[in-house]
Amino acid sequence: MAEKETTPVHEVRPTTQEVPARFMPSPTIEPGHSFATITDHISTIVLRRKTPIGWLVGFTIALFGVGILTLSLTVLVGKGVGIWGINHPVGWGFDIINFVWWIGIGHAGTLISAILLLLRQEWRTSINRFAEAMTLFAVASAGIYPALHTGRPWYDFYLFPYPNTMGLWPQFRSPLMWDVFAVTTYATVSLLFWYVGLIPDLATLRDRANNIWVRRVYGMFALGWRGSAKHWYRYEHAYLLLAGLSTPLVLSVHTIVSFDFAVAQVPGWHSTFFPPYFVAGAVFAGFAMVLTLAIPARKFFRLEDFITMKHLENMGKVLLATGLIVVYAYAMEWFYGLYSGNVFEIFMLKNRATGPYWQMYVALWVCNGLAPQLMWFKRLRTSTFWLFVVAMFVNVGMWLERFVIIPTSLHRDFLPSSWGMYHGTVWDWGVFVGSIGLFFALLFLFVRFLPMISIFEMRTLLPEAQAHAKEGEAH
Amino acid sequence: MSETRKLDFTSFRERIGDLRGREYWRSLEELSRSDAFDEFFQSEFPQQALPLAKGVDRRSFMKLMGASVAMAGLTACRPPGETIIPYVNQPENLIPGKPMYFATAMPLSGYARGVLVESHMFRPTKIEGNPEHPASLGASDAQMQASILGLYDPDRSQVVRHMGEISTWSEFIAALQPVLNQERAGAGGLRILTQTVTSPTLGAQIERLQAEYPGLGWHQWEPAGGDALREGARLAFGGFANVLYDFTRANVIVSLGSDFVEEGPAHLRYARDFASRRRVRQGERDAAMNRLYAIESSPTSTGSIADHRLPVKPSQIESMARAILAALGGGSAGEDTHAPEFIAAVAKDLLASRGASIVIAGDHQPPAVHAIAHGINQALGNIGSTVMVIDSPEVRPVNQLESLRQLVTDINAGAVRALIILGGNPVFDAPADFNFKAALQKVPFRAHLSLYNDETSLLSHWHIPETHYLESWGDARAYDGTATIMQPLIAPLYNGRSAYEVLGAMLGALNTSPYTAVRNHWFERGTTEETWRRALHDGLIAGSALPPRTVAASGAVPASGPAQAAGGIELEIRPDPTIFDGRFANNAWLQELPKPQTKITWDNVLLIGPGTADQIGFGVDERSALFNELKTRVVEVEYRGVKVHLPVWVVPGHAEGAATIYLGGGRENGGRIAGAGTNIYPLRPSTAMWGGAGARITLTSRAPYPIGCTQEHQSLDPKLVGERGIIRDATYQHYLGNPNFVQDYEHQIEQVAGLENSNESLYPPFAYKGHAWAMVIDTSVCTGCNGCVAACQSENNIAVVGKDEVVRERELHWLRIDRYYKGDPANPQVYHQPVPCMQCELAPCEPVCPVQATSHSEDGLNDMTYNRCVGTRYCSNNCPYKVRRFNFFGYSDYDTPALKAMRNPDVTIRTRGVMEKCTYCVQRINHGKIEAEKENRRVRDGEVVTACQQACPTQAIVFGDMNDPSSHVAQLKKEPTMYALLGELNTRPRTTYLATIRNPNPELVPAAATAAGEHH
Repeated sequence: MAEKETTPVHEVRPTTQEVPARFMPSPTIEPGHSFATITDHISTIVLRRKTPIGWLVGFTIALFGVGILTLSLTVLVGKGVGIWGINHPVGWGFDIINFVWWIGIGHAGTLISAILLLLRQEWRTSINRFAEAMTLFAVASAGIYPALHTGRPWYDFYLFPYPNTMGLWPQFRSPLMWDVFAVTTYATVSLLFWYVGLIPDLATLRDRANNIWVRRVYGMFALGWRGSAKHWYRYEHAYLLLAGLSTPLVLSVHTIVSFDFAVAQVPGWHSTFFPPYFVAGAVFAGFAMVLTLAIPARKFFRLEDFITMKHLENMGKVLLATGLIVVYAYAMEWFYGLYSGNVFEIFMLKNRATGPYWQMYVALWVCNGLAPQLMWFKRLRTSTFWLFVVAMFVNVGMWLERFVIIPTSLHRDFLPSSWGMYHGTVWDWGVFVGSIGLFFALLFLFVRFLPMISIFEMRTLLPEAQAHAKEGEAH
Repeated sequence: MSETRKLDFTSFRERIGDLRGREYWRSLEELSRSDAFDEFFQSEFPQQALPLAKGVDRRSFMKLMGASVAMAGLTACRPPGETIIPYVNQPENLIPGKPMYFATAMPLSGYARGVLVESHMFRPTKIEGNPEHPASLGASDAQMQASILGLYDPDRSQVVRHMGEISTWSEFIAALQPVLNQERAGAGGLRILTQTVTSPTLGAQIERLQAEYPGLGWHQWEPAGGDALREGARLAFGGFANVLYDFTRANVIVSLGSDFVEEGPAHLRYARDFASRRRVRQGERDAAMNRLYAIESSPTSTGSIADHRLPVKPSQIESMARAILAALGGGSAGEDTHAPEFIAAVAKDLLASRGASIVIAGDHQPPAVHAIAHGINQALGNIGSTVMVIDSPEVRPVNQLESLRQLVTDINAGAVRALIILGGNPVFDAPADFNFKAALQKVPFRAHLSLYNDETSLLSHWHIPETHYLESWGDARAYDGTATIMQPLIAPLYNGRSAYEVLGAMLGALNTSPYTAVRNHWFERGTTEETWRRALHDGLIAGSALPPRTVAASGAVPASGPAQAAGGIELEIRPDPTIFDGRFANNAWLQELPKPQTKITWDNVLLIGPGTADQIGFGVDERSALFNELKTRVVEVEYRGVKVHLPVWVVPGHAEGAATIYLGGGRENGGRIAGAGTNIYPLRPSTAMWGGAGARITLTSRAPYPIGCTQEHQSLDPKLVGERGIIRDATYQHYLGNPNFVQDYEHQIEQVAGLENSNESLYPPFAYKGHAWAMVIDTSVCTGCNGCVAACQSENNIAVVGKDEVVRERELHWLRIDRYYKGDPANPQVYHQPVPCMQCELAPCEPVCPVQATSHSEDGLNDMTYNRCVGTRYCSNNCPYKVRRFNFFGYSDYDTPALKAMRNPDVTIRTRGVMEKCTYCVQRINHGKIEAEKENRRVRDGEVVTACQQACPTQAIVFGDMNDPSSHVAQLKKEPTMYALLGELNTRPRTTYLATIRNPNPELVPAAATAAGEHH
């Protein structure tokens, strides 16, 4: 108990001394902005007449990707899924890997929009629109796979419970059936949420547009928004309700996607911790993708004042937290496998680590296990360069995770006689690269034609709005 | 085109006279077959005019096939003109949709195997064994099954060709006349070359021909024929004879390089008889299990089911045989005494079973080995008891190698003026040193009757399309001499002619019908209308088996042959287990059928043992990595001055210092898919027909070669298989001590893993009140022969996917035979496990299908609804047995007319993007149920037989209604050795297995190994 004696005497500092900057909460909007500057800055990106060269270049590249997608899907539908690398032990390959990857990426949008809204995390405001758009486009890219990975995609409508003369229903016990509902619900709610959130801004754009046609188009989508108190009242309710609706979806969609695996009895799939593991992984992947997109966009459109270091740092923290959950899940897989004493589970783990795909597994640990640990350091967390690097690692890592789960588990399951190898073909890559192209093409269109940051919500972040809000709360 | 208008009516009339049946002409131009027409035809359909590039893939080939058949005009779907007798019931009128069965026989290398052919509206669709035929007993092998595809093969030759140009039969006959006239005038030099002939009618025709043309020479040649057997019998018994074995009475069997369950005209019979002594059943302990010793170089099916297998170099088999004989007190052992303790144990065992043992030499062992084997059987008193000697059923047994040598010598001497080749393909398969190709071209008149316009046809002046055995009347004898009248099931599809017709024409009857030829032959020899009908109905002529001769093998042991050139690797050449000597090379079913021991499809490779692989620098790490990706290295085999490049493949259990290659690959002109593999006939001189020493094998730097192997090689780690409980086995002794070893083991596992209640469910089990279809497969007697796989393919219209798709692991066989190894890779024990759909009661595939395309029937079948399937492949992922098969592309050929006629009309053709799998032959089940319902009774046991069960030579597969306590399958389900594959997953499979019981000689098995060898 010697420490007590040596307890240092606290110095009393003069209160006038300025608090060092590092102890100040970093702002969610840089100082010096007014309602007008926010509106100007964000709406000009959309309404200025001249399209930036950089945008044109980027969009062209993305369109090239869309071309690859079109070609790959045409060949796919024309010839059959045999053009892919799937085979008898490995019935799912890039198709489901990419589906899960994209759906995971889509998670950040809803999480940021809905959960953080409900939790009143103000810092979400400047990135939510962007993240929601990203969600929608990721879900669009994801949707390609389940729709076209079937052997006979022209019969995909069998998966929907439509009334028919044969009285046939889908199989409600199948996780793929649940997927159909989960993903379509998610896509619908995300679209609505995004669109409802856009309405006040569409009205702003309508009002600020010089060209009559532009004004009419925005006006049409603004649904006659005039900003009356009644409108705001209804809007706030609708938005909150949608946020409430979306919140369980953040958990449900990836939980159900994880059921595709957890419900099956394949060693490496059949595991009760898949739902939380997948949800954490999805948030992890989603934030990584938001970072990947926000960092260059922020720079390119000079939005540093709105997407501040605080946003980036917070996202870095989320990355670290979800990354740790994911690592915990990886570790638990080993624990469960070894503790079970089940020969198939133990072999599956050994095969992951030392089998023919061991490189994938090691790379997975590097990308998802080691790289996010850099986020412990504030210096790296506040460096756009390092954030971007880590985000890229996570993007790759999450793809690898799905590769490790899907083909690596399938390629050597129960009967060694049926084992095989899986390799993606040029068409697998074609669809994958193409879906990335589609995603970016949509994203480029979005940043060009819609305000990528919520104008009216940004305005609420200003001190004058804050004061108002607090007053309102007090009542 | 102006010439085409000048129609030559004389030639028209000639041609019309040559047309049979529904062979229509499309236009007068075609009829005139003018050059202009050909020109027009070829420019309109250029793909027909161009010789196909060698690299045509299967799919485009199928398309082209379709076109060519459409052009040729399919004259199918009509009964032959003469009366043929259906097997069981003769319906008063043909009932559409009701198949009829006709008995006939499939000749292979001359010898008949009795078959029943299922015929739908006079379209033969399926081959079954004829239960009454001694060489089949109802079983069938892959080649018999696949012969139905051979019949409809659109690549078969369809027209008579003269110098490669389309011609007619009458023109051929006209061209033949001067040749015959000269011969009649005594010019000499007319020769006939046939394959092995057992057909009494054909024999009589040749005799008549020889009587008419005394100078006529008859040669016989069969590349994978029984010269060694014939010569061996001659050495031992002083004359040509056939040696038959009765495995039902043999307690101890020693195989000297013999693959008696897989090769030879009696293999189905021998496999059945052999297996009859290996079934271990509760309460049937009186019939002691037999014991099989196999001494061989290349792993064979027989070796794989042996209780003891000794891999030796091919050259050592003879010395081993001598050593056994010496140990029994005859002759003297050579200096090369390999494995003396093995020999001593074998000898002791044989002596203990005097008169009830068999020593059998391989078909391709040198005559000396056969003679020694006969000597051993003589010494043991087996001859007359388990070994019977009969006269050769061949019309004129000859040493075919010498027969062909004589022919080539005569040709080279200019003594052959005309050569009529009836079947066979000597240009491709004659011994390399005969240089038959060059010799043939010296013959001034050469005609070739053949199913395909093949290598020999190309070098012949005349090519005549041959009828398939299902298209023509004929007769042939089985291995024991039993004669069968072969009835045609369909009129010749492609206007082929049979050998009977060619010989008939040479005898002066221009249009001899095979029917009259055969019928007259038998009626002249006492057959009456009644016995004729009986013979057609039964598929054999009762009492025509040849009687056993009372002979003794000469005690004299043939002297050792000249010492083999030392050094190098010994090469063993064997006929291919699927495509035989190359004659079935254009049969896609057989090409895609995994070879029993290697599971390789579409290729012939150089097989070596692991030690030899290390020796040539193909180390275990490299080969595991390559094999895992279904690739391998290419080696250069240099043997007697000839170099051949071949992919190399390592088989555990292959004798070290030796290598095996299968004949038949690399056909140059056998049809569009016959080019698969590598031609190794150049490595086959007449001095070493079945291989010899002195081969040099060097790895080449060529790019890794893809191999369509259906069972990944690296997965065969015995430890892995063992700890998964996939194979359960025990020795016979252990079984006698503890018949419940399987259950004991499972209880033990349950206790260790805490799985006692793992079968509990929240829901009450479904009560299967009606039928409960189930299957039991006895792994003890499965030889891995693949007959079931081919039967399944034929019955269920399973598409062929081609080598590329097999390499991509997309083969479609519903039934596969898994093969596992246990023990030392240098000489492991082999286990065969046929895996059809398990028809799980709690099928993991069913709940995961989002559209209910796979669902459970009330009698326990896991049904597939093809038209509901969208192809998510989730069911396949979730199937622990991986028995589901997906149509990644549109594999089924919907276009080729001939293949349409071939298909089983009761089974849907699956389209692209659909999952398919074993149905327990649901069409047969439903047929049985309908028949039973009509008679208001339950389906009787044995009434519904699955295709695999029906084909199985060893009756390893038993199917039936588990709810019928008297059924065979219900009895077997009670056997203590019964186990469910991956039963711990609680899938409750309806297909279960009986553990493999082996009967090793306790003297040869180290005590430790017996104890350790039970659970596995």
